[in-house]
Amino acid sequence: MATAPLLTATSSGDALELRPAGSWVASNAETLERLSSDMAPQLDRAAAVKVDMTGVHELDTLGAWLLEKLSRRATSAGHRADIVGIADNYAGLIDEVRQVNRHTPAPPPARNPILAKLGDIGRATIGSREDIAAFLQMLGALCIAILGILRRPRSLRLTSLAYQLHRVGWQAIPIVALITFLIGAIIAQQGIFHFRKFGAESYVVDMVGILVLRELGVLIVAIMVAGRSGSAYTAELGSMKMREEIDALSTMGLDPLEVLMLPRILALICALPILSFIGAMAALYGGGLVAWFYGGMGPAIFLARLHEAVSVTHFEVGIIKAPFMALVIGIVACSEGMRVKGSAESLGKQTTTSVVKSIFLVIVLDGLFAVFFASIGM
Amino acid sequence: MQQGTEPFAIRVRDLVVGFGRHVVIDHLALDVRRGEILGLVGASGGGKSVLMRTIIGLIPKQSGEIEVLGSPVDHDRSTKAAAGRWGILFQQGALFSSLTARQNIQFPLRENLKLSDTLMDEIATAKLEMVGLNPEDGDKFPSELSGGMTKRVALARALALDPAIVFLDEPTSGLDPIAAGEFDVLIKTLQKTLGLAVFMVTHDLASLNTVCDRVSALADGKIVAIGSMRELLKSEHPWVRAYFHGKRSQMLQPKAN
Repeated sequence: MATAPLLTATSSGDALELRPAGSWVASNAETLERLSSDMAPQLDRAAAVKVDMTGVHELDTLGAWLLEKLSRRATSAGHRADIVGIADNYAGLIDEVRQVNRHTPAPPPARNPILAKLGDIGRATIGSREDIAAFLQMLGALCIAILGILRRPRSLRLTSLAYQLHRVGWQAIPIVALITFLIGAIIAQQGIFHFRKFGAESYVVDMVGILVLRELGVLIVAIMVAGRSGSAYTAELGSMKMREEIDALSTMGLDPLEVLMLPRILALICALPILSFIGAMAALYGGGLVAWFYGGMGPAIFLARLHEAVSVTHFEVGIIKAPFMALVIGIVACSEGMRVKGSAESLGKQTTTSVVKSIFLVIVLDGLFAVFFASIGM
Repeated sequence: MQQGTEPFAIRVRDLVVGFGRHVVIDHLALDVRRGEILGLVGASGGGKSVLMRTIIGLIPKQSGEIEVLGSPVDHDRSTKAAAGRWGILFQQGALFSSLTARQNIQFPLRENLKLSDTLMDEIATAKLEMVGLNPEDGDKFPSELSGGMTKRVALARALALDPAIVFLDEPTSGLDPIAAGEFDVLIKTLQKTLGLAVFMVTHDLASLNTVCDRVSALADGKIVAIGSMRELLKSEHPWVRAYFHGKRSQMLQPKAN
């Protein structure tokens, strides 16, 4: 069994004799490291070192390495070092350890932190150019695939499309409706609370209606879809890439873009306008309920005011944006999925990037649309 | 590498393992002696991996006894206490993909021992070199390693704490014959240097012939034959005959011919 390790040193003149004893094994690592580092100053003074190992009755790589380090320290200072009394069963280990750690790999050159930071910024800038290129490439490839389908409608994978629609559309309805309902209710409550000071409570209906139909409905739903379905797309495609399923598809002469990505992106493009519509209705419903119970405005008045405040244009402005946002989410999710490399960590990283990037792009796109609609007077 | 008194590294008695009604291991008995390399062969899906995973405590047993280095193994509590006693080389390496090769090797050291960072680096490099890799390879991530290198790093990790027993799950599968041959030599060398007991699940007839001191054959949930390669080649059990005398085995020459 393991016993406490010892290291005794007897010096006679210039010569130092080290007598390690006990268990020089990993379970005593802490003691061993202390013992051998305590010995260093004595070692540096001695002209010749002899290590007598007769007392060692257990030895493993760690112990052998520490002893080897002691003798190497002596030799590197130009002194003699001998190891004697090695038990037969440890001779191989001692020989093996003599070979290791002979050349240390050059440490990576120290980098100036400021330069390193600047370098990172530069790399990120160039990287973002590549991102744009990758996005445009994907968009182009998608257009070609869609053209192909227009020419041969039978090549569209209907089963896959229906399945994806079920997943990103139908199954998303409850959570989308719930969240937009709550957001509509919150906007109405805040509006009533603050407008009351000016006696303008009735304008809450205008605010809820326009805000929800034009901007918030579609934006909130797009952000939720990016988090819910975009991340799922990236993770699916990424793990398929990791397990070489995508390579298998291409070797069978099938285009992964046509088989995997097109149905997914088309499903998103179909589902997002529907979800936006449902979301907008749920938000108006939530706003209406709050106006009724908190603001004391009955449903009949709410509907009448809504009818005055909101025109079809508002609804159109909102819903036109939805397919474009879906396209952006789908392209980002798929292209990030294809960038996954071998490790589990890269799958996680790419999924995060996919969600962050698609939410960012959705908001940018919303801003561009706002400018566009303002300039054409919608 | 503790020199205990008990002659067996692993002692399995009357072991029954199953899933629901399906019995995979049926009253099996097996001994692995200290300092020997024992090969285990068996049909695909015949319970080799189940046996190995039961011995290392990953799968609960239904009945029977498993002793590793004289202390019993239980599914519930074995894994933690035994971490320093055995090392396991999984079939795909099972390296942690977010850590470099060196960090993978240091992981068990860091978790179980108190060591300075310098010494930890030196030990990791020593292990890397012992399994035949360059110190520079230590900074690579598992996704950057070839199949053979992955197995070597995984072996180095399994050996990090200098265990008395090493379990190898198909160590040469997926390697080309040259790499597989080198890996066999490596296992043999390390086993001699470190005095390991090695329990090796394999289908590689060449490894069985060159590396293993004894070979055991698992069929119908039992060990149907055990002994040197020579003895196994003489076995009359139909499955063992089919395994060693099938068409694919014709190239196999007995070790002591």
